[in-house]
Amino acid sequence: MNAYGDAFAWLADPGHWPGPDGIAARVGEHLAYTGLTLLIALVLALPAGLLIGHTGRGAALVIPFTGALRALPTLGLVIVLALGLGIGLLAPLIALVILALPPILAGAYAGLGSVDRATVEAARAVGMTGWQLLWQVEVPLALPLIVAGVRAACLQLIATWTVAAYLAVGGLGRFIYDALPVRDYAQMLAGSILVIVLALLADGLFAIVQRLLTPAGVRARRAGEPRRRSRLPQPVAGPSAP
Amino acid sequence: MSWVLGNWPQIWQYGIAHVLLSFPPVIAGFLISLPLGWLAARHRVTRGALLAAGGVLYAIPSLPLFVLLPSIIGTKILDPLNVEVALTIYAVALLLRTTADAFAAVDPGVRLSATAVGFGPWRRFLTVELPLAGPVLLAGVRVVSVSTVSLVSVGSVIGVNSLGFFFLDGYQRSFPTEVWVGIVGTVLIALVFDALLVLAGRLLMPWHARLRRARRRSRVPAGQQPALAEVLR
Repeated sequence: MNAYGDAFAWLADPGHWPGPDGIAARVGEHLAYTGLTLLIALVLALPAGLLIGHTGRGAALVIPFTGALRALPTLGLVIVLALGLGIGLLAPLIALVILALPPILAGAYAGLGSVDRATVEAARAVGMTGWQLLWQVEVPLALPLIVAGVRAACLQLIATWTVAAYLAVGGLGRFIYDALPVRDYAQMLAGSILVIVLALLADGLFAIVQRLLTPAGVRARRAGEPRRRSRLPQPVAGPSAP
Repeated sequence: MSWVLGNWPQIWQYGIAHVLLSFPPVIAGFLISLPLGWLAARHRVTRGALLAAGGVLYAIPSLPLFVLLPSIIGTKILDPLNVEVALTIYAVALLLRTTADAFAAVDPGVRLSATAVGFGPWRRFLTVELPLAGPVLLAGVRVVSVSTVSLVSVGSVIGVNSLGFFFLDGYQRSFPTEVWVGIVGTVLIALVFDALLVLAGRLLMPWHARLRRARRRSRVPAGQQPALAEVLR
């Protein structure tokens, strides 16, 4: 309990907030890194995931790839790229974009895959083109799962940017790594609490977005028993390594 | 390559440490999530509460959790137990949904028939529900095993050494080969764990592979029948 007292005292100290290595700046860095990585990953993975889900093709190629990525140790990937590309943000940025791709990809194609086959056939029967089908039927119905993928990616990024602060980059991980050699447990704990609060806030925010984006009809069905079998092989849900 | 040969004893030592650190969280996570998942599958209220709790726990980033645990469970900061407990928490959080879905997917008719022919709750669970949920459970455990093996390496930044040691040491010495040894070693361990789990699944659920093969065969359209020899094999 004493440890928490010290950590909260550290957080409450007004001297720890301003400045380039203050709490405010570190939170800003962490959010900026995470946001930028997520944006790049979205631009790369979302179209691919939607294409796979819409055509039903390519899933066999992507599933083993996403599974293999899960086995790659994050820290190792970040460091190997850092040794190749030098100091700076580029190496961890590339490594983390790679790690954020699988959950977004899986969310998108699993989302489209979970759309009832009969609904898709009905949309085609009334004469919808492939494009209309995708944007007016499949994407709205798949939106909760698509957002779930983005949510998993975002949480993973918040976690991994913390670990990546082992390199000479900013973010909340700095508080942990800078305090480790001098055994300043209060600061380590305070930094950890900040990351956890940030992660839980992001998770809560995504949960709200997910709920808001769930079509009313889908929500009614979800409350019941598990969904029916879909046309695509489903990856086991849930984010990969945090 | 000469570095690998020259440092083989150390690589082996950290590899073994990595395996030993990866094992307990997977096993403990599975054993803990079984009753919880079963409970979640039975009632809507427990399902909501347990899955929500699992979601929150899973959202907590790993490095901060390693740092946080000593103040909660009273360990030292360098104690490997911190990593073990943290990874067990993730395993449970991840497996809760899988086990809940697996038990919920057991046909209620089958459960009722088991009760009707006089199976008690324990016998029904062990001989009817568990085997039927088995394949889905196995899929969940495989995911947990892979992510646990990969996460163990993060522990090395707080001094719990595994193959992750080579990441940090390789970085400090600007020596990519060493980092690659750590990466390849970790992936190899993950693959071996996965192969062992698949093998265990084959041994414990011999009917499952057979069933799936049969199902796959019947689904293949006439024009795309695989070669006869392959079907017979």
